[in-house]
Amino acid sequence: MAELAKTRHQLGGFPLTRWAVYPALLFTLVFFVAPLAAMLVVSFWQRIEGHLQATWTLANYDKFFTRSYLLDTLFNSIEVTVLTTVVSIVIAYPLAYILAYRVPLRWQKVLLILAVLPFWTAYVVRSYSWLLVLSDNGVLNNVLIGAGLIDAPLKLAYTRAATVLGFVHFFVMLLTLTIYANLVQINPSYRSAAADLGASAMQIFLRVTLPLSIPGVVVGAFLTFVITIGDYITPQILGGSTEILVPQAIMLQVSRAANFPMASVMSMTLMVVVVAVYLLSSRYLKMDRL
Amino acid sequence: MTEPLVELRAVRKVYGEVIAVDNVSLSIERGKFLVLLGPSGSGKTTLLSILGGFTAPTSGQVHIAGEDVTFVPPARRPTVTVFQDYALFPHMTVHDNVAFGLVMRRVARAERRRRVEQALGVVGLEGFGKRRVHQLSGGQRQRVALARAIVVEPDVLLLDEPLGALDLKIRQQMQEELVHLQRELGTTFVHVTHDQDEALNVGDAIAVMNQGRIEDYGPPERVYLRPASLFAATFMGDSNILSGTATADEGTNVRVDTPLGPVVVARRSEGDAQANGAKVHVSIRPEHIRIGPAQGDGVLSLGEATLTEVVFQGAHRRCHARSHGGQVELILRLPPEQVVAVGDTVPIRARAADLVLLND
Amino acid sequence: MTGSRLRHAPAAAYLVAVLVFIYLPVVILVLFSFQDGILPVPPFQGPSLQWYAKMFSNSRLLDALGNSIAVAVLSSLAATVLGFLAAYGLARHRMRLGGAARFFLMAPIMVSYLIIGMGLLITFNLAGIGKSLVAVGLGHTIINLPLCFAILFSQFGEHHRRIDSAAHDLGASDLQTMIRVTAPMMRPTLFAAFCLSATLSWDEFIIAFLLSRFDVTLPVIIFEMLRAGLTPEVNAAGTMVFAISMSTVLIAASVMLFRRGGK
Repeated sequence: MAELAKTRHQLGGFPLTRWAVYPALLFTLVFFVAPLAAMLVVSFWQRIEGHLQATWTLANYDKFFTRSYLLDTLFNSIEVTVLTTVVSIVIAYPLAYILAYRVPLRWQKVLLILAVLPFWTAYVVRSYSWLLVLSDNGVLNNVLIGAGLIDAPLKLAYTRAATVLGFVHFFVMLLTLTIYANLVQINPSYRSAAADLGASAMQIFLRVTLPLSIPGVVVGAFLTFVITIGDYITPQILGGSTEILVPQAIMLQVSRAANFPMASVMSMTLMVVVVAVYLLSSRYLKMDRL
Repeated sequence: MTEPLVELRAVRKVYGEVIAVDNVSLSIERGKFLVLLGPSGSGKTTLLSILGGFTAPTSGQVHIAGEDVTFVPPARRPTVTVFQDYALFPHMTVHDNVAFGLVMRRVARAERRRRVEQALGVVGLEGFGKRRVHQLSGGQRQRVALARAIVVEPDVLLLDEPLGALDLKIRQQMQEELVHLQRELGTTFVHVTHDQDEALNVGDAIAVMNQGRIEDYGPPERVYLRPASLFAATFMGDSNILSGTATADEGTNVRVDTPLGPVVVARRSEGDAQANGAKVHVSIRPEHIRIGPAQGDGVLSLGEATLTEVVFQGAHRRCHARSHGGQVELILRLPPEQVVAVGDTVPIRARAADLVLLND
Repeated sequence: MTGSRLRHAPAAAYLVAVLVFIYLPVVILVLFSFQDGILPVPPFQGPSLQWYAKMFSNSRLLDALGNSIAVAVLSSLAATVLGFLAAYGLARHRMRLGGAARFFLMAPIMVSYLIIGMGLLITFNLAGIGKSLVAVGLGHTIINLPLCFAILFSQFGEHHRRIDSAAHDLGASDLQTMIRVTAPMMRPTLFAAFCLSATLSWDEFIIAFLLSRFDVTLPVIIFEMLRAGLTPEVNAAGTMVFAISMSTVLIAASVMLFRRGGK
C-alpha cells in the first residue's frame, strides 16, 4: 500500500477524479430524490384553511381512490397511454423497417433526419398546430368541405382522438428513430444465413428480424408510456373538457386550490404505475441501453 | 469420368471500374475438397458468393448438378454457406439454430430432432442442444455453424474463411476435423482462405487466385512443387525466381541461361515450345537448394553463394544468400544438422527435376 | 435484392404517407405565420410579415426569448459539466457501487417532467424559496443530467483508458489528464450533449410553467398567448422556436458527423 502511495505521489497526487462523480450524485440527491421524498411526505399531509399541515393521514389517498371522478382520470390516462403506445408502434415500425432495409444506404440517413426533424418543434407549439388542422374551421375540415365530401365540419378537435393523434404524431418520430437504430445494428449475416437455409422474406422477418428487434421496440414503448402518461400539454390543448387525464387533474389541484397534498397523491400514483410498467419490461431494459 | 458437380463458365463480376472476377471457368467434381486460395482482393470471396447465390455474376454461368443456377437465390440452391462470423442466430438455442434449415424445409418435429442430434454428434457437440450461443467458445460456435449447414445435406458446402477467428492450435485442430468431416459426408466442400498452410492441410485441389483470375489449379502437391505462374510460385510459400533466356528447346527439356549459369528445365506439358531468346522465369523452392558440389545425374551446379543471414527455425535453418554469379539474392532452407554461419561461402546445387519453368 | 418498380410501390407509398402525416401540422404552422389576416386557419391570405413584426414588438415575448436562451445555456452547461465529471469518474475508476451510481444518475429519465416539477415546487415551497428562473434552471439541469451522462459515458472506451495511461506515464496528474487530455478529446461529444440539452430546455414547458412566476420562458408565453386566443402571432412565435431548435440540432449533428467522417 505504501508503495502504491509513493507511486501516486510521483505521478502527481491523489487521483482527485475519484471524486468526480460525486457532484452529479449530490445534485441528483438534492434536486431529484429529496423532492420526490418531499412529495411522498406531503401526500400524507393536508391543506386546511389555506395552510399546509402535517396531519399524517391517509385521507387524501382515500379520497383519490373512492371518488370516481378522480379515479376515472387514472383509467383514462392509462387507456390513452396504452392506445398511444400501440398506435405509435404500429405506424413507426414499418417506417423504420422500410428505412433500414428498403431504402438505399445513401438516402437512409437523410430520410431519417427528415422524418425526425419536426420532433424539435416545442411541445406546446406542436400540439397547438394540430388544433389548426383539426378544429372546426381548421385545414382538414376546410379541405373536406371544399371538396364537397361533407356538409358540416367534423368535430375532431377537443376529443380523445385528437389527444391520441397529437401524441402519436410525436412518438412516431421518436419510435422511428429508436427502432431504426436497433434494426441497423442487427448483423446482416443473420438474414443472409436464414435466406441461405431456405427462408422466404416473410420467414426471415418473422423468425429473425422481428425477434431481434423486440428489445429496441420495448425501450421505445417504455419511453412512450412514461412521457405520455405524465404529459399535461397535449390533452390540455387538444383534449377538450369532456375528459380529464391525471396530469390535468394534478395541475388543477396545484393552480386552483394549491392543494399540494392531493397533487402529491396523484403524482405518487402515477409513479407507481410507471414503476410497475418498468418492472414488467425490465427484462429488456438495461439502463445503459437508454 | 463422372460429370462435374459444379461448373463455372466464363464467370465475370464487375463493380463499376473494378473487375472482381475476371473470366473464371472451373469444374469441381463431386466429393472433392476444393480450396480457393488467394490474398485479399483476389476475388475468392466474390467467387464464393456467386457460387452461393448472394451475388449474381455480370456475365457467365453457374451450373450445379447439371442445372443452370446462375440467377437462383440462395434459398433454392443446393448450397449452404458457412459465414466468416458464423452468423448463428443469437436469440435461438443451439438446437434451434441447427434445426432452422429443416424447419424451412418443413421436416416433421421428430425427424428434425433426430437429424439435429445426429449433426451435433458429427461435429462433436452432443448434448449441446439447449445451450445459448453466447455461452459457446469460438471453436464451438464454428462447429454449430457447420452442423447447421450439414444437417440439410447440401450438394455443396461453401466455407468463407471459417477458421480465421480461431487461435492457432484450435485452427489446426479444426483443419483436421474439417477434412475428416468432408470425407465422412462425401459432400463437396469449397473453402476460401488466404492461408497457404491451411490450403495445403485441407484441400484435395487448390485454385490459386489473383486479381480475379485463377492462376493455378490442381492437387496440392502439384501446385506447390510445380507452380504454373509467377504469382502461384511466390504466394504459396517462398520461391527463388530466376529470370533467364531460353537458348534451346529439346522436346521435353528447355535450356535456359540464368544468372546462376545455364540450367536444364523440364518443359511444362501444357506449355508452348519456347522460342530461342524468349524471356522466361525459373523457380526453385528454398528447400531444394543444397550446399555442396554438384554430383550425379540430374544435379546442376548453381555456382557459389555467400550466406548473409542464418536463422534457426526449429525444423530447418532459414538462410539468405547472395550468389556470386549475377548477384542474385537467394533464400535457402537447410536441414538443422547442417551448421553454417553468416559469411560462409559455399557451393550450391539443385536437382534439375526440382526446377520449374513458369508460364510468365 | 432486385425487384420490379411495382414491388417497391407500397413501401414508397407508406413512406410518403407517414412523412405527410409528420409534416402536416408543421407546414400549416409555418404557412399561416405568414397569414395576411386575423385567423391562423384557411383561407390563406398572404404572405405577410405583419405577425412577425407584432411578435418582435411584443416586449414580454422578447423578454421570454432572452430568458429561454439564458436558462437553456446555463442549465445545459451545468448538465454537461456534471455529466462529464460523473462519466469520467465512473469510467476511469471501478467503484464498488458503480452500477448503483449509474442507475441513480439515470433515474430521472423514468420520472415525468410533471412529477419532477411538482417535487421541486413542493420542496422549494417548504424551504421558503419562491418561484424564479433559477428554479427553472435547476429543474432543467436535473432533467438533462441523465442524458448528458449517458451520451458521454457511452463514449468512454478502451481507447480513452490507454490515452489516460499514456498521459500518466508522462507525468500528468489525474486532474491534469482530465482537463488537458480527455476533455479536449471529447469536445464534439460535449458539444453534442450541450446542444441536445439546450434544445430540450428550450422546448420544455411544464417545469418552466410550475417554477416560474413573472419572468417566464418562451413556451410558457406561447401557452399564455394560446389561452388568449388563436392568432397568427402564435404561429410566428412557434415558427421561430422551431427554427432555432432545428438549427441547433442540425449544427450539433453535423459536428458529430464531420468529426468521424461519416457515421
